[in-house]
Amino acid sequence: MASGKEIRSQISSIKNTQKITRAMEMVAASKMRKAQDRMSASRPYAQKMIEVVRHLALAHTEYRHTYLIDREAKRVGYIVISSDKGLCGGLNTNVFKETVASMKAWHEQEVEIDVCVIGTKASGFFKRIGGNVVSHAEHLGDEPSVESLIGSVKVMLDAYHEGRIDRLFVVFNKFVNTMTQQPIVAQMLPIGASQTEANQSREARYHEVSEEDSGAHMTHHWDYLYEPDAEEVIDALLMRYIESLVYQGVVENMACEMAARMVAMKSATDNAGDMIDDLQLVYNKSRQAAITQELSEIVAGAAAV
Amino acid sequence: MAMTMKLNIVSAEKEIFSNLAEMVICPGEMGDLGILPQHSQLLSTLKAGEVIITEQGGKQESVYISGGLLEVQPHVVTILSDTALRATDLDEHAAQAAKQRAEEALKDQDSEINFAKAEAQLAEAIAQLKLIEKLRKKKGGH
Repeated sequence: MASGKEIRSQISSIKNTQKITRAMEMVAASKMRKAQDRMSASRPYAQKMIEVVRHLALAHTEYRHTYLIDREAKRVGYIVISSDKGLCGGLNTNVFKETVASMKAWHEQEVEIDVCVIGTKASGFFKRIGGNVVSHAEHLGDEPSVESLIGSVKVMLDAYHEGRIDRLFVVFNKFVNTMTQQPIVAQMLPIGASQTEANQSREARYHEVSEEDSGAHMTHHWDYLYEPDAEEVIDALLMRYIESLVYQGVVENMACEMAARMVAMKSATDNAGDMIDDLQLVYNKSRQAAITQELSEIVAGAAAV
Repeated sequence: MAMTMKLNIVSAEKEIFSNLAEMVICPGEMGDLGILPQHSQLLSTLKAGEVIITEQGGKQESVYISGGLLEVQPHVVTILSDTALRATDLDEHAAQAAKQRAEEALKDQDSEINFAKAEAQLAEAIAQLKLIEKLRKKKGGH
């Protein structure tokens, strides 16, 4: 049995670890709230955007954008969103699992794959397993800005525009609640094309609010007035639409990261507590044994006199 | 009382304005646009500048936007504001930077995805997570 002193120092070291995990848990909890606020703050923009895009689809525009045209898939693009930091349980692993499963399906159809990584963890993962990574964004911080994503997204949009990729997917964690995060592969381009099952639920969620306004008074034929011209305006619109979807993904993934970290750190704190209890028991037992031994020695000594 | 329309000004990061308005003046790409209720459908890009809102009751308010899009429906006006200054060459620059970062970060990697390796690694990570879960349950944890 370990000596009293050794156990004591072990207990104090675990206590220190516990302090750290508890602090991380609380930090994650407060960041999660902020991330959730940001998630809901970015929703009106995405909804408005979808409304406008829907109006556009209903309107009889003289110009059809490449983003709306379905092409045969010869090469596909993925935007994989992950966290920048670890210690958040299986969050990133789950996203990568979903990504790899979806990529493998394309690979079996001999479709090539381009990847855009967002977040340090995704870039590390693709560095290990290989893959044609064409653009890259990391260290977005706690308050990701749209600005920091523009470049990476544009690389993929350009690739689509020039016909180098024929589909564009985004992979991220969907925030269900604090305990549950669900990895999702959603198709972004072409818009409104045949969509994967996972995408449908996401689309349904996004379209809920815009449903009522599009159906009723939009049935007759009409078109917008464009300024300066249709092509330029629709280009700008669709680009922002995609960016806002990616931004939403990033913000949502951030909320998931914080929630997952909070849960992981809570269980680490609990585990440390259990370990301390166990060690404390061992320590008390050994202390008692030492006292008993000492007493019996004294008694034996006294009896011998 | 003057007629009103619903005006929404939103950016990707927050909602800026959402209320009834009598008139809105915004910096269109081809010159300032003053929109009154029942304007016909219009879609325009906006420059960076000031948006002047005449709220219901005549109170004026102004917000600054760094460009964006304007959608007009007869009774609803939506301004999708950008959060950053946008210009084709700026965007191009950002795209180049993103490409370069990718090249630098992943200099010596294989361009072909090694699916066997990926699946092995993920399986390992998931097994670890499951084991942790199991150990916790066994200990009578939470």
